Amino acid sequence: MADRYELHEPSWCPGCGNYMIRTALKMALEELNIKPHEVVIVSGIGQAAKMPHYISVNGFNGLHGRAIPPAIGIKMANKDLHVIVESGDGDTYGEGGNHFIHGIRRNIDIAHFVHNNQIYGLTKGQASPTTAMGQITTLQFDGVKVEPLNPLALALTMGAGFVARGFSGDIPHLVGLMKEAIKYKGYALVDILQPCVVWNRVNTFSWYKNRVYHLPESYDYTNKEEAMKKALEFGDRIPIGILYKVEKETYLDRFDFIKEGPPLVDVELNPLDAERLMEEFR
Amino acid sequence: MDYSILVGGAAGQGLDTLANILEKILKRCGFYVFTHRDYMSRVRGGHNFTQIRFSDKEVYSFKDQVDLILALNKESFILHKDRLKEDGIIISHEELEADNFIKLPLKEIKNKIKNPKVLNIVGMGAILKYFGLPLDIGKEVLESSFKKKYLEDNMLALLAGYDLIEAKYKLPTFKDKNIIISGNKALALGAIAAGCKFYCGYPMTPSTSILTYISSKANEMGIVVDQVEDEIAALNMALGASFAGVRAMTASSGGGFALMVEALSFAGILEVPVVIVNAQRVGPATGMATRTEQSDLRFVIHAGHGEFPRMVIALRDPEDAFYQTARAFNISDKYQMPVIILTDLYLADYSKTIKPFDFSSISIERYIDKEVGGRYKKYEITESGISRRIIPGKIEGQIVLGDSHEHDECGHITEDPDLRTKMVLKRMRKLEALEQEVEEPWLIGNEEAENLIVCWGSTYGAVKEAVDRLNEEGLSIGALVFGDIWPFPTNKLMKLGKRAKTIIDIEQNATGQLDSIIREKTPFGADYKILKFNGRPFSGDEVYSRLKSILG
Repeated sequence: MADRYELHEPSWCPGCGNYMIRTALKMALEELNIKPHEVVIVSGIGQAAKMPHYISVNGFNGLHGRAIPPAIGIKMANKDLHVIVESGDGDTYGEGGNHFIHGIRRNIDIAHFVHNNQIYGLTKGQASPTTAMGQITTLQFDGVKVEPLNPLALALTMGAGFVARGFSGDIPHLVGLMKEAIKYKGYALVDILQPCVVWNRVNTFSWYKNRVYHLPESYDYTNKEEAMKKALEFGDRIPIGILYKVEKETYLDRFDFIKEGPPLVDVELNPLDAERLMEEFR
Repeated sequence: MDYSILVGGAAGQGLDTLANILEKILKRCGFYVFTHRDYMSRVRGGHNFTQIRFSDKEVYSFKDQVDLILALNKESFILHKDRLKEDGIIISHEELEADNFIKLPLKEIKNKIKNPKVLNIVGMGAILKYFGLPLDIGKEVLESSFKKKYLEDNMLALLAGYDLIEAKYKLPTFKDKNIIISGNKALALGAIAAGCKFYCGYPMTPSTSILTYISSKANEMGIVVDQVEDEIAALNMALGASFAGVRAMTASSGGGFALMVEALSFAGILEVPVVIVNAQRVGPATGMATRTEQSDLRFVIHAGHGEFPRMVIALRDPEDAFYQTARAFNISDKYQMPVIILTDLYLADYSKTIKPFDFSSISIERYIDKEVGGRYKKYEITESGISRRIIPGKIEGQIVLGDSHEHDECGHITEDPDLRTKMVLKRMRKLEALEQEVEEPWLIGNEEAENLIVCWGSTYGAVKEAVDRLNEEGLSIGALVFGDIWPFPTNKLMKLGKRAKTIIDIEQNATGQLDSIIREKTPFGADYKILKFNGRPFSGDEVYSRLKSILG
């Protein structure tokens, strides 16, 4: 019986950042007093996307790149569920790029935790959409020839209402971000930097550790221009924290019958309710 | 009594409005009506036409010859004049060189009604008069069809047209007991009746009218309609909604369905119910967007990597569309399996008078458990292959894990060879029960026939008219029209196939896909094939003459 969060033995490599992200996730859920049956973790394919197998909550482990569409379907069907998307940089920004963009446009109430290690792990070391230009990989023998995608800047330009960055090596900070993202009414993106101990020899734990810094208390996360500056800051120094957060109408709120009614899944079905629709064909 | 009217013109000339009003007037006069729509893939210009047939007996197809042509442009006359019966007439505002031609005085009309857009309704007024149909019914339908600000001009137009010509006929009217509805709207209504609460899709002809119709009822019926970014999102999103417990559906045409194929395979292993509509059009690739074909049968039966069970139902007419769509949701819920509904552009768009739907005959069977003892296992291995279903979040202490990997009974990833084998067999076992409940094909004509036709889906109407006619002429002929088509029902075919001397396959594709399935599943095969793949549907007349040329 799953009334507490049980952890299952993962198939992640020793030292993988995913362990710390899972720890933070469990702590965030526990601290928010959310019960396992009230949460659904939706994921695609990749090492990060195995998360629903390693923590005892409802899980929907779907197809590569396709975590966001089912997450939307789940939330629309049952607004009472806490829906969390866990996926990697390849899953979210590569294969699932289209869903990422259009998911933001909807502003559906889900928390999206992207495990961003700037490399493809499960397929063994190829460049991801966030791998730096020029980086040598197991596939790009003379270096990556395309510009990396900036997920936070993209999310901001698309109008996301909650944009944050975390680091797997700073669990207390990450727990705070996750809690805020889960509580946030709308689409909340948390891009989590994590090392890949096997395949990314550039963006290592110490590489991140030496660069990340907490956004100061005085930082105004409602200022979009400032947020954009912070989103573009990815070099010698990398800010972590909530870059941008504003209140916005959510997708659910735009459907009166959901906003004011019971969750869709609880609606009694009766074929006779539709009988009156036949009148226009008489 | 059996008359056909052809209305032709360019896109943007109000053909659709005219057809929708005219078919309703004819229905309200108590006739059986069949409206076939032929249109090009463009927004303005080109040549579109609609054929409206009406009779005092039920009609199932359109006719090759027509009694009246309303030509809203010259092209309509040139393209269709050869189809006019000897005693038929042409009505147009254009200068045409034709016998039996009635010219609409465009200038006078424009002077009287300062609205050039009502030409179509002037023509309709003339049509009503020609057949001696009651003006009152025309007015009544017009009133319910136009917004107030447009009504006056259109009413004037109706009267102007009505005064223009002499009545040739004085047709009787009958008590109207029917509805008139297109295949796609009937399908959509069936889904709504079945309690579909989540519909997502990307616009693609000829599936778009399902999306539009459901969207128009979404607020009233409490249905979430999401216009997705692509068809990949569509099926994945529908699966999410269904996983969380609501009935979900998506629709597209062949190209969009192709994008759904990965998620279809996912639905197979996820074991979450979903209803997917493929409204076929001409392929491959973009093909001909506004033309009809039945070339996706093999595709939908086999689509998806790996092996998994599915059901495919082909729709035969609007009435079938309503009831089978509602049934598809029950089957999908029962077997936790994707059910694919196969329709096509012809059936999507044609409308036909039918008996009002019996909503009280629709049952909603969800097969959802409200409680479970012990730990819930989404993929519990059972004798039937069907595992219990609970809804995530609804039972405290129980969680549901759905997975696209091969998995154990709880849904966790596995690579264990024995478990893998057991899981494949579990999923495929669901077909054993389903095979027992698939519906046998409809039989038309003679059960002991020497000549047996096999066909499926929307060719039903044309085949029925042809077979009925040939039987009246004394030929020994019968037809099996497949609706449920995968798993393939064989009982009736086995019985009739043994007696038949000749089997004739009729399909709207180039390769005879049904025939190949029959050869795979039974000892029989077609001796003759009547195939058509030029993008235009069979008429009853055409099937009749092509059968005649084979059977003598």
